Amino acid sequence: MSDGTMDTNRSGGLAFWVVGSILLVAMPLLNLLPPEDSWLHLSDFSLNRFGKFLAFAILALGLDLIWGYTGILSLGQGVFFGLGAYCMGMHMMLTIGKESVYGSDLPDFMVWNQVKELPFFWKPFYSFPAAIIGAVLVPMLFALVFGFFAFRSRIKGVYFAIITQALALAAWLVFNRNDTNLGGTNGLTDFKQVLGYRLSDASTQRGLYILTVLCLGGAYLLCRWIIRSRAGRVLIAVRDSEKRVVFSGYTPANYKLFAFVVAAALAGLAGMLYAPQVGIITPAQIGVLPSLEMVIWVAVGGRGSLAGAVLGAVSVNYGRSVLTNYFPGLWPFILGGLFVLVVLLFPDGLVGMIRKGKNLLNQPNAGERKAAVSEGKR
Amino acid sequence: MTERGSIIQLEGIVVDYDGFKALNNLNFIVEYNELRVVIGPNGAGKTTLLDVICGKTKPASGRVFFGERVNLIGKREDEIVSLGIGRKFQAPSIYGNLTVWENLDLSLKRSSKGVFPTLIGKSTAAEREAIAQNLETISLKDYAHTRAGSLSHGQKQWLEIGMVILQDPSLLLVDEPVAGMTDKETEQTGRLLQSLAEKHAIVVIEHDMDFVRQIARVVTVLHEGTVICEGTVEKVQADERVREIYLGRQKVAHV
Amino acid sequence: MCLVEGQLTSMRISLGRTAAALGVVGLFLFSGPSLTIAADGPVAAPPTSSIEQALTKVTSEDESVREAAIRLLIEQGDASLVLRLEEIRAKADRSIRQAIKPLMDLLKNRAKLTSPHTDVRRSAAADLGSAGNPSAISWLDAARANEPNKWVRYTMEESAALLKLASDDPSITAAAADKLGELGSQNGVPALKQLVAAGDGAEATESQKTVAKAAGAAIDRIETWGVWSDAIETFFRGISLSSILLIMSLGLAIVFGLMGVINMAHGELMMIGAYATFVTQQCFTAWFSSDVFDWYFPAALPVSFFVAAVFGWVLEATVIRFLYGRPLETMLATWGVSLILMQAARVYFGDLTAVIAPGPLRGGAQVMVGVYLPYNRMFIIALSIICVLGIYYTLFRSNLGLRVRAVTQNRNMSACLGIPTRKVDSYTFAFGSGLAGIAGWALTMVGNVDPGLGQNYIVDAFMVVVTGGVGKLAGTIVASLGIGGLNKLIEPSFGAVYGKVFILVMVILFLQWRPSGLFAMKGRDVD
Repeated sequence: MSDGTMDTNRSGGLAFWVVGSILLVAMPLLNLLPPEDSWLHLSDFSLNRFGKFLAFAILALGLDLIWGYTGILSLGQGVFFGLGAYCMGMHMMLTIGKESVYGSDLPDFMVWNQVKELPFFWKPFYSFPAAIIGAVLVPMLFALVFGFFAFRSRIKGVYFAIITQALALAAWLVFNRNDTNLGGTNGLTDFKQVLGYRLSDASTQRGLYILTVLCLGGAYLLCRWIIRSRAGRVLIAVRDSEKRVVFSGYTPANYKLFAFVVAAALAGLAGMLYAPQVGIITPAQIGVLPSLEMVIWVAVGGRGSLAGAVLGAVSVNYGRSVLTNYFPGLWPFILGGLFVLVVLLFPDGLVGMIRKGKNLLNQPNAGERKAAVSEGKR
Repeated sequence: MTERGSIIQLEGIVVDYDGFKALNNLNFIVEYNELRVVIGPNGAGKTTLLDVICGKTKPASGRVFFGERVNLIGKREDEIVSLGIGRKFQAPSIYGNLTVWENLDLSLKRSSKGVFPTLIGKSTAAEREAIAQNLETISLKDYAHTRAGSLSHGQKQWLEIGMVILQDPSLLLVDEPVAGMTDKETEQTGRLLQSLAEKHAIVVIEHDMDFVRQIARVVTVLHEGTVICEGTVEKVQADERVREIYLGRQKVAHV
Repeated sequence: MCLVEGQLTSMRISLGRTAAALGVVGLFLFSGPSLTIAADGPVAAPPTSSIEQALTKVTSEDESVREAAIRLLIEQGDASLVLRLEEIRAKADRSIRQAIKPLMDLLKNRAKLTSPHTDVRRSAAADLGSAGNPSAISWLDAARANEPNKWVRYTMEESAALLKLASDDPSITAAAADKLGELGSQNGVPALKQLVAAGDGAEATESQKTVAKAAGAAIDRIETWGVWSDAIETFFRGISLSSILLIMSLGLAIVFGLMGVINMAHGELMMIGAYATFVTQQCFTAWFSSDVFDWYFPAALPVSFFVAAVFGWVLEATVIRFLYGRPLETMLATWGVSLILMQAARVYFGDLTAVIAPGPLRGGAQVMVGVYLPYNRMFIIALSIICVLGIYYTLFRSNLGLRVRAVTQNRNMSACLGIPTRKVDSYTFAFGSGLAGIAGWALTMVGNVDPGLGQNYIVDAFMVVVTGGVGKLAGTIVASLGIGGLNKLIEPSFGAVYGKVFILVMVILFLQWRPSGLFAMKGRDVD
């Protein structure tokens, strides 16, 4: 489950640099250098779409930390993602300025809703630094308050999953309202620029892509550092036997809260990178169903493995974008089937399958190890 | 029964589970450096007694004092742990997905177990030495980097005892340490507990009478939530009431 | 439902307004004498000739002639004139058409007072009351004497009092105000307020002041009554929502108690129950005569129970049984199943279908002034009580129930005692699923049947289970009453959305106090 042993660490480190340089250097170069009709060429659209997947991967890392390692299923990650995306979106709405349809300083939907003055909580988002700090800090604070109450009273397991799901529902309802001045059902959209760079320019999107890769790398290293620290082992210990953690003198609630807040921060960061790349953020991205889909990314990739979380987020979203294109009605069946299949048959996800394959090649009697792995899980 | 000498003192404890009195006006005192064995038939309240001491169960009434009159009632479990009470559970509770070494490392007594010190903390040479020594004590030296989940049942029991020892508690609560152990392992465990008793006070709950005879100096017999009898093994075995409610039945069960 | 009720109220208000405007015109047009005539009671049949004369004069260009004719027709005419007037109206110009319209309405409504349908009689009485023509007082009084229905009598009395309120005689007005107060008539409030305003004026006469005092007292009474009736209706709505939540949560709670599993597909099992009801209805329309159509609903009860139970049984056998002891994984897997079921329903049935409520469940009953209880809601309340009793009986009186309780309390011990825990699990799961089917069956009475049916309430149902705790049904009952009641209590002041948010906050705070719900099982085996 955990990538704890020495040899996987080293190969993991190598893989990190290989994959990192492919994402960071090779992909943008393939977009930039080969002529458009070359088979090597990566279109602007593909690069942008991939950037979106990598933003999701950042969120998946956080979710893996809280679910895969600490064993706490949060069905409300979409809320933190949404908070990040909305913070960034609000900034970009305000920088549209007179370019808007109604030519007002106010965002279009406010003009439409006959709001005369910018609501107070929009005002800080004129500032870019405030927006990007807010995109991470607001989800963190929110998670801190919510998690404090939840973990303090030892709400856990199914109970925690359900109240986070209720949180996702409540947030979805609130963001859908017009009177909260967050754009209602249509959300925030029609962004024009960020820091003076036009979002419609391919170069801006390429820059955002590279920024996303860097953030993903940073998030990965942060999570790896946490996992390999003693605190990371406490998180795994909480999953294995919370009772023993208490009787070893730790306060599990604080560790859970820590993981939950880090996960929320990463979700907010993901949302912040998502909004300018996709150009729209609506309540539909933060409700109950999207929050659950995020869990399936991690499950498909392999929870309890950071590489698995990234792999899962990218592959599920890639599959989704291809399949919804060709068979729109089929996606819910496939998603539902994935939930069932992964949980029933591949509890360690893609990474588990890769590992199993490797073990079969390396040592013929790998069955023993597998039995031990599944025994320790709950 | 000098108050000075007792490490834990329970007075008039009542625990009520929906009308069922798991402990009923229980009085229980353990001295420093004492190895106390608690026996009693199923449902006598043995585990509940440990639960009350370590704050897992809140008694409906009564008082619990630790050492020099530190009141334990109303304290959280982790606070009680940090005061110096360690506990080994009936079913081995260890971290199956961590290695034996990591299990012990997490249990080691440290100045702070808060999130941030733990996040950036590094092991010192002295700590590594303590863990290595502990591995010797619990005979798991060869398994230091094995996943704890793949140990045998007896080894898990030892690992948990080792984890509790590393916490360096002044009072150890041990719930059925030899359940599921081979005779040889049982004997080793007995010796381990006896050597520990030189530095710590220990309360052991046990069913296995042979094991009790091996380690016990003073035995407390619980029945229906109250202390029936207390004394040496011989005295307890000679007691009429104990024979009636416990030993008689136990013999039948064991034969 | 609420929406429809809201529309009705607003319609009533706008009707009232037009009627009040007309009434003022009417008062201006027909002063004094009409009242005395009205007080004289039924008038002897007038000579036909005068009516014929009036009918011709109705179209007169001369306003005074026209008005006199209309007045005569109102006093002496009956519904038989409506057709004639219709003809006249078709030919006449705009101003005349406008003048004739209220006349026709009055005559029509007068005729409707003797209609065989209660609803028609009642709405006619209400219309007459708001039309503001004093002639109607005598009609209403006459009709009331023969009226069998209590609530039609009530409306007639109310309308008569409303009309008397416009009387010139202060004593009649004051008496009418008293009457309205006694009746707790919300419809009377605007007119009474006018009287109060008139009494407050600087140049108000002594009699106006007396009337104003009576009107003020009446308003107080009406408002007090209004507060009570609102409270009662809110209470009823709360109970009604609670029972919906309860019916949905029962199956969920039993399964959760037994296996520690939250079945995320529970909502879709309800959906299956609802579609089973829909299909039963379609079968009845296709194969049986329309006389027995209403029987489709009772027939759908066992159908929806068994269809949902079979789905649940299959779900347990193919997915859930492999995941015991891993509640979070079970949640995810069942969520996957719910996605598949939802999409399957969408593909097969399309987006929106509705079940027609059987006759006896349509409409509602008025139990008090201003308190109207729809039958479908009462049905759900009754059903939830029956379900609870049924489950108690099953759990505490049957062999299966004994086994279920044994396994819930101690699975291993039960297995040792020879209880087939596997079978108990699968039967209980099927039973819980069947209960979801019944919930779906009942929900067709309060909403549409669509693939998202389960999703609408399911998060609330989860909250009920979590708040209620494991192991005791009382927890589920109290929690659904609490959450349902609280929801309806705060909805008026916060709105539905913030109400939901508020409830989430309350549940989290509640779990601070009781982390494993209201009725957690105590004992050392909890962990």
